[in-house]
Amino acid sequence: MKLTDTKRLERLHDRYMNGGLDRRAFLGLTAAAATSVGLTMPWMGRALAAVTEVRFDGWGGTVQDALDKYAFQPYTKKTGIKVVQGTFGDENEIITKVKTAKPGDFQVVHSSGVNYYIKYVNAGMTSEINEANIPNMANVLQPMIEPFRKLTPKLSAVPYDYGTTGIAYNTDVISAEEAKEQGVKMLFDKKYAGKIGGYADMTTRVWYAALATGQDPNKIEDMDAIWAKVREQRDIAKKFWGSGAELMDLLSKGEIVVTDAWSGRVASLQDQGHPIGYLDPKGSYAWMEDMLVLKGSPMAECEELINFMLETDTSIAVAEGQGYPPSLDPTKVKLTEKIEKLPAFDSTGKMEALTFADPKYWADNEDAWQKQWDRIAKGA
Amino acid sequence: MTKGWTLYDPRLAWMLVAPVLLLLIFFLLLPIAMMAVYTFFTFVTAGVEQGTLTVANWHEFFTDSYYHGFLLKTLRVGAMTALICGVFGYFPAYFIWATTFKHKWLLLLLLIVPFWISFTIRTFSWINILGEQGVINVTLLRLGLIHEPLQMLYTEGAVILGLLHFLLPYMILNVYVSLESIDRTLISAARSMGCTSAQAFREVTLPLSLPGLAAGLLLCFVLAAGSYVTPQLLGAGRDALFGNLIYDTIMGQLNWPMGATLSIVLFVVLGFFAAIYTRYMGMSQIVKGLGG
Repeated sequence: MKLTDTKRLERLHDRYMNGGLDRRAFLGLTAAAATSVGLTMPWMGRALAAVTEVRFDGWGGTVQDALDKYAFQPYTKKTGIKVVQGTFGDENEIITKVKTAKPGDFQVVHSSGVNYYIKYVNAGMTSEINEANIPNMANVLQPMIEPFRKLTPKLSAVPYDYGTTGIAYNTDVISAEEAKEQGVKMLFDKKYAGKIGGYADMTTRVWYAALATGQDPNKIEDMDAIWAKVREQRDIAKKFWGSGAELMDLLSKGEIVVTDAWSGRVASLQDQGHPIGYLDPKGSYAWMEDMLVLKGSPMAECEELINFMLETDTSIAVAEGQGYPPSLDPTKVKLTEKIEKLPAFDSTGKMEALTFADPKYWADNEDAWQKQWDRIAKGA
Repeated sequence: MTKGWTLYDPRLAWMLVAPVLLLLIFFLLLPIAMMAVYTFFTFVTAGVEQGTLTVANWHEFFTDSYYHGFLLKTLRVGAMTALICGVFGYFPAYFIWATTFKHKWLLLLLLIVPFWISFTIRTFSWINILGEQGVINVTLLRLGLIHEPLQMLYTEGAVILGLLHFLLPYMILNVYVSLESIDRTLISAARSMGCTSAQAFREVTLPLSLPGLAAGLLLCFVLAAGSYVTPQLLGAGRDALFGNLIYDTIMGQLNWPMGATLSIVLFVVLGFFAAIYTRYMGMSQIVKGLGG
């Protein structure tokens, strides 16, 4: 892609404003750019187009494979900018890495929605996106953007996909009728003791304990009952899994027969022919994911990448590949039949059928609940 | 600059040792000191702390039995692992030392071969052995010896097994090096004075190899007590060790001040055992065992 001098100067300015470039380098490059109006040296072009790669960190596995194949590789082909990728199994892991790195070492993160967004904001790790540089944001579901904007009017992230953590079960052991009838109770059924799994994540554990005790996960009134339920499940669970790969491994090998599970990973298992059913019980935990741009990132390139990822064709290809519906508004953009059949897909564009975690409520309780969950997970 | 210096001039010694001292100061002492300072910082919320000094983290550690329980458990698992390593490691070491096999180097090489494979992959391999669909359960089920798969994975036994797999070579090498340093004429002398083979072993070989065994025990104990990957992969939540608590606190709760406190606790406790060993046995045995 050929860049104009104006665009290059804008990028340079953005990099400087976001801490990706020190003052001396910025002034030097600006002077060089100004000189180039009348006199162009061969090295100047290279200096001004210094950003040759963007760093991306995501969840690995089938999700990142889809991003790489349908978004990053075509983006590199189009712009010449490489997307250097890293993975993490738990988002706190990447937050720790970002905290110990200097601004700009980590740039774009496939983040887990507003619950995590607030952590980056609190830790001062976020940037400010120039939404004008991402025109494809116009097609993104407004109900997905609003929670982010409530936390920071100037966004640092763009919603990209969503899904649910429903219940996956082995259809050789549990019938679809039984699953539908039992719903959440299956995760606590002593009949399946030693064959039950679950995501080793506080939010998921508390969420499902709330559903099992008949409470609203966004307004829990009896926390003791929640912890008692979490303990009850811990004692009959075989393993709380820590990554999508582990979830797929446990389910496909029959080590567990019922677990809460990420809809996209279950879709991948079903595609592979495993006898796995999926159910979203009432109040199932819905989540969204976003492309978060961290402080110190080369903003223009990151915005360009996100805009490319939100192109209708790209977004659809990624969604089909990873098994999660895209953040594109189905009332504005024609999506495919395959996407419309994905678990958790919302055809109304209003997202009212999905229950998301209230970011303020969960953020207020996060520290104490996380600590308590860590203890319970270890037998306390 | 060095005019007038003698061969054993203390200034020369300091100059020679200076690079190592600097490395130790900048890459060991300074990070530990920074960690120690961090223990007094105030935790605000996940990922955010303030420089306001407090003893809250230490107070929490000293008053919360949750941490004490895991510390004791970690010491117990570390000690058990070290003892089992000692028992199972002595015999192969003795065999390698005593054998008249021409290519003894090959036996030693076999000890090192596992290190060529990633530690994580080696640990993961146990899942395919101990799991419900693993080799052992499948074989026993097909032979009709059991009707339900045995619960072997995600237990403390699986954790200790994984640690043994990782640490046994260290024990064997330590004991082997100790045996190698024994003057074999002493054993011949014992035999010529009427000792049976067993008596010669009990009176000469075993006592002289004890420093190597003790060094191996300390090394295995410290490494086992400090591990967190093995319990993470092969154990259930309740099989966690103190290292897992540190991981949770720093990576899960993003509470660095408390994580630093727990890290310093583990460092001091394991350092205490190493200091006792050094007081009575000397560190040279471990250095020898590690090929020094």
